Amino acid sequence: MNTNLECVQPVSGEEFEYSYKAEITNVYPLTRMEKLYQIQLVDPIERERFIFRPGQFVMLELPGIGEAPFSITSSPVRHGDLELCIRAVGNMTRFLDRVGRGTRVGISGPFGTHFPVEKMEGEDILLIAGGLGIAPLRSPILAVLETRSRYGQVDIIYGARRPSELLFDYEYAMWRQFDVGLDIIVDREEPGWQGPVGLITEILKERIAKGQTDRFRERTSAIVCGPPVMFRFVCDLLIAAQVPVEKIFVSLERRMHCGRGKCCRCNIGSTNTCLDGPVFDYWSVLNLKEAI
Amino acid sequence: MLFKVFAASELIRLYELLAADRIVGPVKKGDDQYGRSLYDFDVVHDFSDLHLDYGQTIHSAKNYFLPYREDLCAFTFQDDGSGASGDWHKEVDYGVYAPLVLFGLHPCDINALNKLDKVLLGGKYPNPFYGEKRANMFIVGHSCSPQPFCFCKSMGTDSAIRGFDLFLTRMDDLYFAEILSSRAFHLLEQIDCHDPDSSELRHYMEIMEAKESLFVAHVDTSDLTKILDLEFQASVWQEWGQKCLSCGTCAQVCPTCYCYGVEERVDMDFSRAHKEKQLYSCNLLDFASVAGGHNFRPESHTRLKYRYYHKHRGFVEAFEESLCVGCGRCGQSCLARITVPEVIASVRASKE
Repeated sequence: MNTNLECVQPVSGEEFEYSYKAEITNVYPLTRMEKLYQIQLVDPIERERFIFRPGQFVMLELPGIGEAPFSITSSPVRHGDLELCIRAVGNMTRFLDRVGRGTRVGISGPFGTHFPVEKMEGEDILLIAGGLGIAPLRSPILAVLETRSRYGQVDIIYGARRPSELLFDYEYAMWRQFDVGLDIIVDREEPGWQGPVGLITEILKERIAKGQTDRFRERTSAIVCGPPVMFRFVCDLLIAAQVPVEKIFVSLERRMHCGRGKCCRCNIGSTNTCLDGPVFDYWSVLNLKEAI
Repeated sequence: MLFKVFAASELIRLYELLAADRIVGPVKKGDDQYGRSLYDFDVVHDFSDLHLDYGQTIHSAKNYFLPYREDLCAFTFQDDGSGASGDWHKEVDYGVYAPLVLFGLHPCDINALNKLDKVLLGGKYPNPFYGEKRANMFIVGHSCSPQPFCFCKSMGTDSAIRGFDLFLTRMDDLYFAEILSSRAFHLLEQIDCHDPDSSELRHYMEIMEAKESLFVAHVDTSDLTKILDLEFQASVWQEWGQKCLSCGTCAQVCPTCYCYGVEERVDMDFSRAHKEKQLYSCNLLDFASVAGGHNFRPESHTRLKYRYYHKHRGFVEAFEESLCVGCGRCGQSCLARITVPEVIASVRASKE
């Protein structure tokens, strides 16, 4: 053997497959389909060093079952003491639906871009969520509430299909205590429901009618997340109200298998939703084909 | 770059020096219905099996740097016997324990590796599974004669200027060698070779020039990224979509298709599980479907279009070069006879 070939082990990328060992410490049923999972990184040092920004996601790994991306729904101040709001709808989440506290899972991340709430200081914020879209929005909501005095008017508009499908309903009273406008609308009425019935755009139109155009144009940021069909209708209304496109932020959902820009499953044109997203400003969305 | 010349009869010496390690090269696999030889990259056990005069292989050598199936990690379940869900231990093994010699890659396949390096070894999370294979690879390139379906010249990948250790060009009974690494330099010290004289250099230049004129297929790539954006809604996409069988063969033979999916499998006795990566294709129906049933690209034409957008637009935007190397394998293997030059020509000709 004279070719000087030898097996070298490059060190870069050591963390590629690294995942934190974490434990499901609590599971709270929220509705018929969704549960809130409290997941704590087992190592206290890793837990403390797990720093994320609102809107980022983690890859949750159930050994032998699968791995999938989930938005972090807890406040960033809690570090590696995470909360994930998960609907039992796919293979992995239906399995998750049956496991209890004490289960050891893998967490990798945090991945992706975030809602730039730090840049929104001094401004009015409109947070608009449809259905399960409240899950990624709860993190910026809590982040804003924790530093409430730094922001102007804060409004949350949340639409769900039915009153029984509203998520985090036990927290609404607490949110309102922070001088937050919270409007909730449902598609279909159920006995006992006293709030409005209709589409989320109706309540957004009312909110826009109450506001002042120069405030929308100069000092308002919007954060939007919901089902694919919702984005265009909501964002068109915001643009008509003169909120600048680069100050409207959306969180997009795509299939992901790595979270690290390598599997290409979440690719939109030249953009990987896992690296360049999931949070995009609306200008980037307009600039991308088939993003919404 | 250093240049050397050696007699064609010395090639077996070169092969034998390299054969201390595993050699993968073009091997004859059979004949097609017209009696033409079919070649593919495989482990070479004997010098006589190495067919350096191959036109094009069916598959790229991808299986040796991006395996179709590869374990990313293994989990060992530590059951405490209580029946409750126990703990587990995760092991990651990049699986590279020996160097590999790729013998006889054409410039298109060498350029494919250069392009994959940009996306797989760049960014915040370089992929160590690929990186380790790349670091332990010795590449001997070989000159080619353009096939009727090759359009590498249009993609600028008809010659390789980096990404190999040694590149051999056949000149009658001589080999003209381009040396790019010290490992290749030391290798050539052990065979009978000499510096090229002026007539050999001229001969080499003539061969390079003669190759230019042999290309039949062409793709006009001028302003292609912009044209693809302008023609995003063009009806030609739907016509191609109706032809496309969404079988994913194009991605299977492509030297640069790197998309993958991950599946986990559990051992029969539930003691271990493996996370397995499987190369995927964006033309397959569920490529962009998410849990809950929503599919971001439900129609065949949207998936076919996405493949072209990723190769010829998205990658250009990110890395200022196309991800396609023009090897023509996808068109040759396509059951619906869809070829890249035809698709791009039809989009360019679209008047919408």
